Amino acid sequence: MHAEPKGVLTGVHFLDGDHACCEGTLAAGARFAAGYPITPSTEVVERFAWRIPTVGGVFIQMEDELAASIAIQGAVWGGAKAFTVTSGPGFSLMMEHVGYAAMTETPCVFVNVQRGGPSTGLPTLPAQADMMQARWGSHGDYGIIALCPNSPQECFDLTVTGFNLSEEFRVPVMLMLDECIGHMTEKVVIPEADKIEITPRRLTKLAPKEFRLFQPQGDMVPDMVKAGDGYRFHVTGLTHDERGYPSMNVETQDRTVRRLQEKLKPLANGRALCETENLEDAEVVVVSYGITSRVAQRALQLARAQGVKAGKFRIISAWPFPEQRLRELAGRVKAFVVPELNLGQMVHEVKAAVAGQAKVIPVTHAGGSVHKPEAILQAIVEAAR
Amino acid sequence: MAKGSVAITVERCKGCGFCVEFCPTHVLALSSTFNSKGYHPPHVVEGEKCSGCDLCGMYCPDFAIFGVRHAR
Amino acid sequence: MNDVLIDKSTLEVPVEIPPEAVNPVEPFLRMDRMPHIWCPGCGIGTTVNCFTRALIGSGKNLDKVAVVSGIGCTGRVAGYAQLDSFHTTHGRAIPFATGLKLSNPELDVVVYSGDGDLFAIGGNHFIHAARRNMDLKVICVNNLTYAMTGGQTAPTTPGKVISATSPYGVFEPAFNLVALAEAAGAAYVARWTTYHVKQLSRSMEEVLNKKGFCFIEVLSPCPTLYQRRNKMGEGLDAMKYYKQASKVRNGARTSECDLSRDGEIVVGKFVDRDRPDYYDLLQAQMRETLGDRYATPEVSCCEAGE
Repeated sequence: MHAEPKGVLTGVHFLDGDHACCEGTLAAGARFAAGYPITPSTEVVERFAWRIPTVGGVFIQMEDELAASIAIQGAVWGGAKAFTVTSGPGFSLMMEHVGYAAMTETPCVFVNVQRGGPSTGLPTLPAQADMMQARWGSHGDYGIIALCPNSPQECFDLTVTGFNLSEEFRVPVMLMLDECIGHMTEKVVIPEADKIEITPRRLTKLAPKEFRLFQPQGDMVPDMVKAGDGYRFHVTGLTHDERGYPSMNVETQDRTVRRLQEKLKPLANGRALCETENLEDAEVVVVSYGITSRVAQRALQLARAQGVKAGKFRIISAWPFPEQRLRELAGRVKAFVVPELNLGQMVHEVKAAVAGQAKVIPVTHAGGSVHKPEAILQAIVEAAR
Repeated sequence: MAKGSVAITVERCKGCGFCVEFCPTHVLALSSTFNSKGYHPPHVVEGEKCSGCDLCGMYCPDFAIFGVRHAR
Repeated sequence: MNDVLIDKSTLEVPVEIPPEAVNPVEPFLRMDRMPHIWCPGCGIGTTVNCFTRALIGSGKNLDKVAVVSGIGCTGRVAGYAQLDSFHTTHGRAIPFATGLKLSNPELDVVVYSGDGDLFAIGGNHFIHAARRNMDLKVICVNNLTYAMTGGQTAPTTPGKVISATSPYGVFEPAFNLVALAEAAGAAYVARWTTYHVKQLSRSMEEVLNKKGFCFIEVLSPCPTLYQRRNKMGEGLDAMKYYKQASKVRNGARTSECDLSRDGEIVVGKFVDRDRPDYYDLLQAQMRETLGDRYATPEVSCCEAGE
C-alpha cells in the first residue's frame, strides 16, 4: 500500500531531525498525535500541530506525558495511526503505557529525542542513555522495537519504517533520536507518495462472531480491529486469553507473554536493520548507532588510512537486538569497539551476542556533546594490536 | 390478579436483600432454602401483588431477578 | 441479615425463570464471564442495570457505544459490558477515552470508573477533560474507598472513617466531587445513589444524548471493606441509609453538597448547561483561521488494501 498523498510533503527540503520526523509521521499515515512539551523533542509536535489541520487529523497537547502516552492508544483503537513524542523525563513517565501498549498489542509509535540525564539532566544537549530504558523501561516481560536514525533523512525514513513495523507486529515502536540528530539540519528528500510503502493496519476480515482479538496468525501476531465496527471486543492490560478476557493463570501468562517477545524474533535475526561497511577483511568492528555513528564514520576513515582493518556495523534496529548478525561476525574478528553517548548500555548486548569470541571494548561518554573521533580511533587502534 | 411476575435465577443470587426491601408491594421474601453457594435467594410470597415493575431487576447487583408485566 | 424477612414457613424451591423471558440486562453483558467478581451487597451491579436501561432508552446504536474503565472494582465494568470496551491503566481512562473519541467522533464514549481511579491518580485528567468539555460521559461509582486493593483511604473517604491506611480514622478533608466537576467546567453534573435506580437511569440516558463533558456520581455500598471496617452493616444497611438520608435537590449549589460519614446526602441534577464541546471548538477555530484549507479529520485513516 502506498502513502496517502495528502500527508506527503514531496520535495527536497532542508530540515532538522525533529521536523523530518514529523514529516515521516504524516507520510506514514499518522492522523493523531498527543504530546507534551519537552526539550529537545517539542518541535516534532509543534510541526504536527501546524501541519495536521490541513492534512486531516487531530493533534492535542495533553496535560502530561501519562495522558499523551495513553491518548494515542485510545486513538489507535478508534482507528487512527498515532504517535507521541518526548525526551528522557517524559519517557520515564510514559513507561507504564509502553507496557500497556505491548501487553494489549496496540500499534503505536513513541519518539524519544534523547537528552542528557538522569533526571532533569541536560535538556538541550545530546545523550544516548535511554537505550536500555527503551527496552526494559516498563515492568514485566515484553518486547518492543526501537530504531535509531543517524540523520534527518533517516528521521524521515525510519519513522515511516517504524510505523510500518508497529502495524505489522502489533507492537509499540520507539524512534530513538537524540538532541544532536533532532536539531541537526540537513537535506531531506521526500519522495512521491506512490514511492513510499506503507503497511496498512492488519484489520481482520473475519466476522465478529469468529474473530478473536488476540488469536495469533501464522506470524504469531493477531489481527486488529477498530471500535465502532460491531466487533464488541474487549481490551485489558490484565493477562488475557485469545478472546481478550482476563485469564490470570500460569498457563495463559506463559502463552501470552512469551509470544509478546517471540513474535519479534525475525528482527533479531534476518530482518535486523543495520548498515555495514568493510566487514570482509575487518579485524576490528565499530558497533555504533545514532549520532555516534556519524563520529565513528570519521574514526573508521582515519583508522583505515593508518592501515587498521576496521569495519563498520551500524545498528539501525536496536531492539530486538541484532544478535544473530553480531554472533556470526564475532567468529571472524578480533574485537568490537562500541562507542555510545552513555556509560555503556548497548555494549552489554554486544558482549552477550559475541559470547567471548572476541574482545568488546566500550568507548563511553556521559553525554552533553558527541565523542571526538580521536577517542574512537584510539580505541580501534588499541583493539587492533 | 397479578399484573406481572418475576423470574429468579437462583444460582446467581448472593442474598443481599435489595429486591426484598425495595419491592414496592412486598412481593418477595428471602427463602429459607439455600442455593449452591449457601445464599438465601428470594422467593415470591405475595405473587398477586406483583405489578411487573422490574424495580427488583434494576436493584439486583447480581442480575439474578427481573420482573415482567403480563401482556393485556 | 437480621432485618430482612426470611420466610421459614416454607421449604419450597424458589421460582425459576419462565422459558421465554430474558433479563433485560443480559444482552448487554458478556454472559460467558458471569458470575462477576463483585461482592454480595456491592452496588456496582445495580449501576450496570441502570446503565443498560439507559442504553435501551437512549436508542443508541450499541456498536457505536464504547466503555472505558480504569482500575478498581468499578473498573471491571468494562470487562463485563458486551460493547467495545477497554480496561485501561489506573487513572487514565479519561485520556484514553479522549484519544478514542477524537479519532472516531461517531463513537459515544462512556468512562465508567471508581472514585479513587478518577479523582486520586486520575484527578488531573478529570479536570482537564472537564475544562476542555471533551464529549465524554463519566460515570463515577463512589464507594468512598479503594475497594479492590482492600479498602484504603480515598480522596472521597469522609472524616473519622476507619480505613486500611487510616487505622486511627481519616482526618483529611474529602473531595466534593460534584463541586469539583462543576468548577472544572463539566456541562452536566448529577449525583445519585444506588438506591435511586430510576433517577440514575434517567440521568444516564440524559447524558447519552447530551454533548459535552457529563459527570454522574453514584454513591454505592462497599460492604466488604468500607462498611465492615466501620461496623456499618451490610449493603442493604447502606441502601437504607441512602434512602433515609438522601434529599433530592435538583439545581442545588454543588458547593453545599459535601458528604460526611453519616450525614445528609444531597442528590439530584445540579448542572445542565450547553457549551460547545472540544470538537466543536477545534473545528470552529480551524475554520476561522484556515477557512477552506482546513481538512476535516477522517474517522479512520487506515483502510487496508489500497
